[in-house]
Amino acid sequence: MTQSELFIQLLINGVTLGSYLALIALGYTMVYGIIELINFAHGDVYMLGFMISLTFLGFLGVRGTLGGWQLWVVIFGVMLVTMLCTGLINMTIDRIAYKPLRRAPRLAPLITAVGMSFMLENLGMIWKGPSQILYPDIFPAFDIPNGLFGLNTMVLFTTKDVFLMGVTIPLMVVLTLFIRRTKMGKAMRATAQDREAAALMGINVENVIRTTFFIGGALAGAAGMMVGLYLNTGRYLMGFDAGLLAFTSAVLGGIGNVTGAMLGGYVIGFLNAISDQYLSPEWTRAIVFTTLILVLVFKPSGLLGERTPEKS
Amino acid sequence: MALLELANIHTYYGNIHALKGISITVDKGEIVSLIGSNGAGKSTTLKTISGVLHPKEGTITLEGRRIDHAPAHEIVAMGICQAPEGRRIFPRLTTVENLEMGAFHRSDKAGVQEDMERVFGLFPRLKERRTQQGGTLSGGEQQMLAIGRALMSRPRILLLDEPSMGLSPVLVETIFQIIQDIHAQGTPILLVEQNALMALQVASRGYVLQTGRIVLHDTATHLAENEMVRKAYLGES
Repeated sequence: MTQSELFIQLLINGVTLGSYLALIALGYTMVYGIIELINFAHGDVYMLGFMISLTFLGFLGVRGTLGGWQLWVVIFGVMLVTMLCTGLINMTIDRIAYKPLRRAPRLAPLITAVGMSFMLENLGMIWKGPSQILYPDIFPAFDIPNGLFGLNTMVLFTTKDVFLMGVTIPLMVVLTLFIRRTKMGKAMRATAQDREAAALMGINVENVIRTTFFIGGALAGAAGMMVGLYLNTGRYLMGFDAGLLAFTSAVLGGIGNVTGAMLGGYVIGFLNAISDQYLSPEWTRAIVFTTLILVLVFKPSGLLGERTPEKS
Repeated sequence: MALLELANIHTYYGNIHALKGISITVDKGEIVSLIGSNGAGKSTTLKTISGVLHPKEGTITLEGRRIDHAPAHEIVAMGICQAPEGRRIFPRLTTVENLEMGAFHRSDKAGVQEDMERVFGLFPRLKERRTQQGGTLSGGEQQMLAIGRALMSRPRILLLDEPSMGLSPVLVETIFQIIQDIHAQGTPILLVEQNALMALQVASRGYVLQTGRIVLHDTATHLAENEMVRKAYLGES
């Protein structure tokens, strides 16, 4: 592989990793924006998205690569159901573990969040076992540069990469439009900026919080399924790893800021790819967290964070 | 039957007994002002009416209907909206978006549009700033936005908490003129003010609140002549 091929490969890897990290990071940042809580169980909701979609594919008896209309019906059907499930699960997590503590000191729901995370991880382990699980390779991997354009290159870029981006990026666009344009989206922003004033304007704040958890969970579920289709493997602890990176992305971008979470996801994605390529994967974690620390030292609110000091 | 009636309201902040048996009425067509010094319980009274706080004792009725245990967002839908102390506009929402939030519970799009034009009629400055973020507006403009936002819910009674706070004398005049305009257009107002002089000029009746109790209740003209009021709140020695 030549240097330029390596670089192009790195860009591709960065974008694919960044795409699903961004999708998970959105859930962290949206929940934090509204109730100032780090939902540590969020990464595990992503893991459940992987497991739930795997189970539905099992029901449908899908094992190998599909084609034609079957491919799209199965993928989007299962994805919709998965997103609905993980959205409802995330809402339930809020109902059980955070809502009773809405007026408690901030440390209390943080602890229940960690507890929820452990519970979901154990649930995943009991459900699908402790070892690495295979996910059916449904989506056909067609080598685009060589097969379509007849280039003779070592760069690996397949229809799977296109598919991953083609699902995650539109989801982010739809979310952004939802938050900017719709009445509910505006109510979410209003509630994030001043919860009491939002209630005084007739906004049902609890309803806004439920919606936020639902959307975050649905996006995490979509990410879980996409990763299954893309990497074809996963494990009950996958939510911890991805969650840590996605949470880092959210903080790097400025927690509470939706655009920041997406930007952070891609920055972390690229950092990962660069470090994997030019250093070694063992160093990647160190590089990612060093960058996070450096950014926070010089700009504590994160890249796009504009949070003013907390109101009293 | 009074439009809004508070009867023997007791409200607590944890263990602190903030309101100790308050009774207030506001009738249709009135501006009623609630005056008192810092910490007397004026804002607590409005928060209790709005459902942010709930009374431990006593009843609040809107046209005879009990509202004291309804959540804040339902109270807005029933017809009570307030421009809270410190304005509390949404700093990273535009002027128009802030106004839309005031109309959150409404689904009559045409009516909302009509009311937005009405608010822009009352506050032409807001129209000029319609796409600007709330946080970038000046203090006076923010107060106008807070009042306009509350009007967007088409309230049957409007609560105003310290609308003159932190504004220059000229702006205070403007705001009070607009308060009278809103009243003339048919919306009753419960006005909380530290600026007792201005408040008693526009109000028909007034209540004086001291450490969680109503100590005086009279017509605004009588209150303005009352010796204790003049000493304590109108700055006369």
